Amino acid sequence: MENLIQYVQDTLINKNELPAFKSGDTIVVSYKIVEGNKERVQNFQGVVIQRRGEGATETFTVRKISNGVGVERIFPVNSPFITGISIVKKGKVRRARLFYLRELQGKAARIKEKRS
Amino acid sequence: MTGIFNAEGKNIVCTVIEAGPCVVTQVKTKEKEGYDAVQLAFDDAKEKNTSSQMKGHFKKAGTTPKRKVVEFQFEDSKNLGDVISLDLFEEGEYVDVVGTSKGKGFQGVVKRHGFRGVGDATHGQHNRMRAPGSLGASSWPSRVFKGMRMAGRTGGSRVKIQNLEVVKILPEKNLLLVKGAVPGPKGGYLIIEK
Repeated sequence: MENLIQYVQDTLINKNELPAFKSGDTIVVSYKIVEGNKERVQNFQGVVIQRRGEGATETFTVRKISNGVGVERIFPVNSPFITGISIVKKGKVRRARLFYLRELQGKAARIKEKRS
Repeated sequence: MTGIFNAEGKNIVCTVIEAGPCVVTQVKTKEKEGYDAVQLAFDDAKEKNTSSQMKGHFKKAGTTPKRKVVEFQFEDSKNLGDVISLDLFEEGEYVDVVGTSKGKGFQGVVKRHGFRGVGDATHGQHNRMRAPGSLGASSWPSRVFKGMRMAGRTGGSRVKIQNLEVVKILPEKNLLLVKGAVPGPKGGYLIIEK
């Protein structure tokens, strides 16, 4: 059974070619928006706070502060609307889910950059 | 369950069903059995797990032993040994799916019948949060009416889900992708009706 689901995911889902990113990284997601019959690309920059799931249901959550209000957006990794992702900064974090950032503001909500 | 992206790019959550190939193992007719029906068999079984009566039954239809045997009614006539495959269905049409729901054991009325419970933790309530309340009046009728909804064994019953959209058909693996959830556990048997 499980391998039938695997088969469906392998045949029907077009994998997006994306750079490898993890939680803690700051990324820009270019997302296609369709308004009526017009199409435009919107960019969403923020910190990745979680990645979860696999196949069609694999998603990641990006958090940013917009006008002093925290905004989180969940994107499906293999969504055909994602036109590209660029990594602004690699973050150095100790856990996979960064929900603690929701309680932090300003300077405390910074993430150290990973130097290679 | 999994999901696929449709032409508009929306994620459609769907269930993967292995539907077929089913073999006709018996044709019932009005003259012989008193009604018209077709018996279909699905899913290969081991020979040693099949009774000798069933072995003979499958041999008559010229097929290997199967696990599941179910009766259907078709509009057109079928012959013994015919293989019914997925080309009955089309993408975009709606089907009904019948299955046996997951057994949930002995459950209270809140889960079993959707009672709302008491809703207050204080104001005189002690341990009555999910209690059913009154079962009826007292001296008349002096009994509990038949069919009164109470706690008991839940799930494990035949459930039909109507109007599920066929999202995708993969004939090479006999797979049917149906929008939404279907009754029963993973690997459970289902009847798909058009």
